[in-house]
Amino acid sequence: MSSSFVTRALRHPSFVLGALLSVFMAGAAALSLLWSPYPPAEIDIPNKLAAPSAAHWLGTDSLGRDIASQLLVGAQNSIVVGVIAVGIGLGLGVFFGCLASARRGWVEELVMRAADFTFAFPALLSAIMLTAIYGPGLVMSIVAIGIFNIPVFARITRGAANAVWSREYVLAARTSGKGAVRITLDHVLPNIASQLIVQATISFATAILAEAALSYLGLGTQPPQPSWGRMLNEAQSQMFQAPMLAVYPGVAIVLSVLGLNLLGDGLRDLMDPKLARRR
Amino acid sequence: MSVFLLRRFATFLLTLLVASVVVFAVLELLPGNAAEIILGDTATPESLAALNTKLGLDRPVLTRYADWMAGLAQGRTANSISYDTPTAELIAERLRVTLPLALIAMALTTVLALALGVYAASRHNGIGDVGVMAASQIGIAIPNFWFAILLILLFAVKLQWVSAGGFPGWTEDDGGGLWEGLQALILPAIALALVQAAILARVTRSAVLEVMREDFVRTARAKGLTRRQALWRHVLRNAMIPVLTVMGLQFANLITGTIVVENVFVLPGVGRLIFQAISNRDLVVVRDVVMLLAAVVVIVNFVVDVLYALIDPRLRHGG
Repeated sequence: MSSSFVTRALRHPSFVLGALLSVFMAGAAALSLLWSPYPPAEIDIPNKLAAPSAAHWLGTDSLGRDIASQLLVGAQNSIVVGVIAVGIGLGLGVFFGCLASARRGWVEELVMRAADFTFAFPALLSAIMLTAIYGPGLVMSIVAIGIFNIPVFARITRGAANAVWSREYVLAARTSGKGAVRITLDHVLPNIASQLIVQATISFATAILAEAALSYLGLGTQPPQPSWGRMLNEAQSQMFQAPMLAVYPGVAIVLSVLGLNLLGDGLRDLMDPKLARRR
Repeated sequence: MSVFLLRRFATFLLTLLVASVVVFAVLELLPGNAAEIILGDTATPESLAALNTKLGLDRPVLTRYADWMAGLAQGRTANSISYDTPTAELIAERLRVTLPLALIAMALTTVLALALGVYAASRHNGIGDVGVMAASQIGIAIPNFWFAILLILLFAVKLQWVSAGGFPGWTEDDGGGLWEGLQALILPAIALALVQAAILARVTRSAVLEVMREDFVRTARAKGLTRRQALWRHVLRNAMIPVLTVMGLQFANLITGTIVVENVFVLPGVGRLIFQAISNRDLVVVRDVVMLLAAVVVIVNFVVDVLYALIDPRLRHGG
């Protein structure tokens, strides 16, 4: 990373704000690995629905569990889902996209039709099918979100890789006897990496939203593991007594997703200055 | 044109067919036996055998798939395990809530997004533009079910204007009426529309800006058209292609959004039906509703593709 990139990055408002919010979320998750005010699943009925105080910064829920601790540990959950679900999409999607681009012909047609087809099953629908059989759980929601990410990355990879394959330096590499795998590794992947990084950031945000929705429905993360989506589900039944319980987890989700989206937008502008000028 | 339509129609049918195979395979083949899942670990061999016979699971796989397909084609479906009613009847009844909800949400989305997008583009880099873009960036980050909860907090808990959920029905016989029904759907529709509109407004803005830079718009302005006239006569029509693409893609989100938001507002729609079916382990309902929703997504994408061809002649020749 050149120093001019860093200078430009530091002057880019949405990149800076996005990076700050994302670092804050990652920091919260990292901190919660070492420390949280209370164990997040610790039940303390005498202290249920307590108002925010020095002992409980954001108060407690209907079982007396500390809200701040649950929010901190919930960040871990969102990050795990995001990283693995995007990892599945990135790994398989980039593989199929590169394959389609390198082989063209019927392989490309097959990969692209399969990608079209997978779009018929949004993450929530896949998750519903999987949950109906295997029961609810974190793994099922990660798999469902991951499957949905595969065609997203396959399409982007194929489009960007096709552009690289038509460049003169690739032609030169081919005439010098390099095979498709070598060209993909040496030329295609390094040239499309920036687009993949941007998409990974945005898909990460989408994964957090999808996991929250699944956990809200009770199909995702299961107790006692705290998750922002399930906190919202539990808060809904206490809305008349403790309305703020339905606010905090939502704010955590919005700030995380906003941070990642801004980071993605910023990275896109910084990595593709031509595009940035036209926006 | 007709070659394009035929080819696209063939792909559409093939996609539907593959979708049906996947739904059937996932729900009927992979786990071993549906009866075991429905009855759980405590099932006796006799009860398993009885349910197997009732569900027709003792017949060969291909026969079951063919029966299911033939049934769907004729509008004849299997009975739900928990309700003992044909799933088609259950779904039709629930669609009376889901369909109006989705349509109101889509209409709200379109009106909001086009208005905001065109406004932002016409104030490019001005305060209005920056404001709309910042608001839409936040809108995209808000989960629709959380926004739904916030709406309930404000309008049901704080102001007490509406009830916190439920659906009174469309007719007086059900205890409701047209107005009461619409009232119950308005908050859920707003919750669904906000996020979608945030995304679509951004797409509309950049599409309008893109077209405004084209030579034919400059020519139109040079001929004496005002900015506003050029916008309405030339820019909007051409900017519609990316907007339509995204609307097509968003329809899938709208469908899944409906499942979640119906559960927030306890609306007796298709989303709630499938959710209850999961809790009841009613795999027949899960299978048919998932198939319906996947089919809706595929159909909408097909319609969007055909609409492109009508709007942009270049696409139908490109195939």
